[in-house]
Amino acid sequence: MTTPFLRCVLAIIAKDLRTEIRSRELVSVMALFALLSVLVFSFALELDRAARAEAISGVLWVTLIFASLLELNRSLAQESDQGNLDALLLAPVSRSAIFLGKFAGNALFTGIVGLALLPLMTVLYGMNMLDPWVIVTTLVGIAGFCAIGTLLATMTAHTRARETLLPIALLPAALPFLLTAARATKGILNGAPEWQVWLQLLGGITVIYLALCLLLYGFVVEE
Amino acid sequence: MPTQARLEPNPQPRLLRALTVLTAVGFLATLYLGLFAAGTDIEQGQIQRIFYIHMPSFFGAFTAFGATVLGGILYLARKQAAWDRIALAGVEVGLAFSLINLLTGAIWARPIWNTWWTWDPRLTSAAVMCLIYAAYLMLRAGIDDMSRKRNFMSVYGIFSFVSVLTTLFIIRIVPETIHPVIVGASPQNAQGSFEATSGVFMALAPSMLLWLTLMPLTLMWHRYRLETRREAIDRLKFLTLSD
Repeated sequence: MTTPFLRCVLAIIAKDLRTEIRSRELVSVMALFALLSVLVFSFALELDRAARAEAISGVLWVTLIFASLLELNRSLAQESDQGNLDALLLAPVSRSAIFLGKFAGNALFTGIVGLALLPLMTVLYGMNMLDPWVIVTTLVGIAGFCAIGTLLATMTAHTRARETLLPIALLPAALPFLLTAARATKGILNGAPEWQVWLQLLGGITVIYLALCLLLYGFVVEE
Repeated sequence: MPTQARLEPNPQPRLLRALTVLTAVGFLATLYLGLFAAGTDIEQGQIQRIFYIHMPSFFGAFTAFGATVLGGILYLARKQAAWDRIALAGVEVGLAFSLINLLTGAIWARPIWNTWWTWDPRLTSAAVMCLIYAAYLMLRAGIDDMSRKRNFMSVYGIFSFVSVLTTLFIIRIVPETIHPVIVGASPQNAQGSFEATSGVFMALAPSMLLWLTLMPLTLMWHRYRLETRREAIDRLKFLTLSD
């Protein structure tokens, strides 16, 4: 008999939340990295008023993806290093519930950082990043690349050079999200009407990737 | 006294030799058709002839990457190593073909678009596709455990195919591309389209046929045999060292 699906998912999320509240390892590292990255970009690109409108959505998404790389690596490496993944696999739990739980945790932590980044960038760059549609785009985009990120990080957690392999595997796979999310954000900020198409595309690929991840995760964790 | 470990001789099957010859002859024949038999394009001149390689090479990559998906699915279903080797062969052949596709495209774009490269949606997605499959090879090299390696790479290979489909269909989704569509209606902004006359088709059809079927399959078969050999040698090494 297997434990009900939803209960497993919630239990894994609760476990990740509890670990995070006690250690504050993931969110604090990501937040600090995101802050540094935003500063580095503003120095490197010497953004003036006009250039900001063009570049700011790129800054947001590159920062978010690199920050999530740090988080994904830690989150899944922890699972396999301390044997928790093996314990989860021994338990009568559906594989896709494990995926959904880990994915939700990762998306939640990255989402917190993303939501904190928006007001920060509003202040630092003087652009209104708090538009409701920007927030929606941010959350959908994060959900998308955290899905494929969770799957790939589970793979790379078993490899020798996991810190170097995760970016190499994840960055090209995350490019569809980066592309559509950055275009949508830029369109919303500049009032260009085609942002809706980009947001729909982003939503579409997020759904496709999530479905594929749910289907295939079982093969990644099987021994 | 260590056991005598040795590799069984494994000569090429007759069919493979025949296919290899056929592919080579077919390649020369389609080159002749494209370079000499087809008429010169009125607007673009000689450079248009690169199209007879450019488009077929993408479809060759499509076949090879398709074999990767098929190999991946069948490996996950049946756990026979052969399917995983087919998937690997598909990635290597497909990656080579898509690089040919990108390079010939860049050579064509220089005189026609007046630039080697532009961040057009289709060009971008084709480049992303190459990167994803290059990452396949990196990731594969990084995993030691064989059965884990095969599992992971099957899943990754299935995923990667999304990028191939994106490249194929993006001109129908994102209409702002400047990449021409030769067969069917070109997008509004397409630059450098030309008419697909019967002469173009006469040179294109055999080339497409060759690149879709013989080229990738023959190369993949060779690569498959190489991989089988390599794994056999690894097993032998292991046996010899553990004696």
